[in-house]
Amino acid sequence: MKYALLFVETEQFEQELAAMSQDERDRAVEKVMRWLDDHAGRITHRAKLQPAHTATTVRLGEGDEPLITDGPFVEGKEVVSGYVEMELNDLDEAIAAARSWPGCPVVEIRPVEW
Amino acid sequence: MVTTQDALARTVREHAGRLAAALVSLLGDFSAAEDLVQDAVEAALKHWPVEGVPERPDAWLFTVARRRGLDVLRREATYRAKLAQVQWPVPPEPDDRLRLLFTCCHPALSREAQVALTLRVVCGLTTAQIAAAFLVPEATVAQRITRAKRKIAEAGIPYRVPRDEELPARLNQVLTVVYLMFNEGYLSSSGGQAHRRDLVDDAEWLASLLAGLMPEEPEVAGLLALIRLHRARGAARFSPDGRLVLLKDQDRRLWDHEAIDAAIRLLTRTARRHHAPGPYQLQAAIAACHAEAPNWEETDWPQIVVLYDMLLALAPSAVTRLHRAIAVRHARGPEEAMAEVEKLGEALDRYALYHATRAELLRELGRTEEARAAGRRALELTGNPAQQALLEERLLS
Repeated sequence: MKYALLFVETEQFEQELAAMSQDERDRAVEKVMRWLDDHAGRITHRAKLQPAHTATTVRLGEGDEPLITDGPFVEGKEVVSGYVEMELNDLDEAIAAARSWPGCPVVEIRPVEW
Repeated sequence: MVTTQDALARTVREHAGRLAAALVSLLGDFSAAEDLVQDAVEAALKHWPVEGVPERPDAWLFTVARRRGLDVLRREATYRAKLAQVQWPVPPEPDDRLRLLFTCCHPALSREAQVALTLRVVCGLTTAQIAAAFLVPEATVAQRITRAKRKIAEAGIPYRVPRDEELPARLNQVLTVVYLMFNEGYLSSSGGQAHRRDLVDDAEWLASLLAGLMPEEPEVAGLLALIRLHRARGAARFSPDGRLVLLKDQDRRLWDHEAIDAAIRLLTRTARRHHAPGPYQLQAAIAACHAEAPNWEETDWPQIVVLYDMLLALAPSAVTRLHRAIAVRHARGPEEAMAEVEKLGEALDRYALYHATRAELLRELGRTEEARAAGRRALELTGNPAQQALLEERLLS
């Protein structure tokens, strides 16, 4: 089964990241890279997104013209910052992978439909 | 008293889970297997009271499920083929119901769904019986179960016992579900409600099933002992006219002392093999202190306070602190207990027992007006008729 692991950043995580020294930040990135390496055999796709301030939201269907707004689609303290798509046997494997994720503090697991 | 209804419920429970487990393994489809078992259970509840319980209830249930499967799974040719070939009983295997239980209590399902699914799939309750036990509309339970089954299929929740490293956390989920069932059944039970399914019975049965399948798990034994210790006092919990009788006022001769001794032996055996008892063992140990006491006054209150301290260290909770305060009242007097209780006001303002306990302590401290007000507040908050009657009695006295 294919699963998408959506990585979600929180405001607090962002602040902690900002407060880190360059050295600490490098080490944090290194941990994430190692996780990606460790799981490389199962990862079918992956992306790290630019920060939320770069987001643009397009809302279709309300009138003729789509509504285009600055910012992510939910106004909130938690934003999706990246994802991996993995080929796994079951939800327990996806949960195990998410548990060991060294990056942001929230991971949403969604089975991939197609 | 064992009624025909109880006997029927027991037979269904003993076999429905086994059948479900076997069919999930066979078909590889949790949802389809569960539907077939549910159909067979409904048929049994219709036929058995009239025709009598068949000599081999498992084979009877299987035959109905199989016939139904061949009928409704017309489009799923592979299921049909598998069902057509199989003979009952399926080759003896280690008890599959453990896998079933872990799937039903998977943490990716909501707690309500875990409880409903476990009762339906492992204990063989019908949707109507579950709805009646929890006093919720049948449609609500049906929807919970349908959604849970879809999630199992679509999110790929596996059908297996978790690996060692996942086991402690996952077992905890299962124990929580059994404990909730027990609690709901225990609190809502009353003398004369024969039409309501006794969930305590289901909880005890599940706990003993688990204890049989996982004999090395100390918290499983702890939960089983806890449930059995509470059940052993069942006969004294209600007066002949159906009123709730507090532990303090119960006729201890009515307790099942043999069951109490057996539960305490189980607890002691477990404690000898494992150090550092978990929360269920500690709760059982507290229940054991009460069960062993000749009367309320001679209860070993200092020991109970110690056990509550240990419990709070593992699982801090305002409700547990309230219970500890009640033990403090008897170990050290009402002033100290009152000081503890007052700290819990914010957390437990919506909790009937908090106000009832406060009322009791205030009365003892001679603060009659405040005691009455607290008693009235407790009455507003309780939905249980037996508890209401008890509080009303206190308010009038």
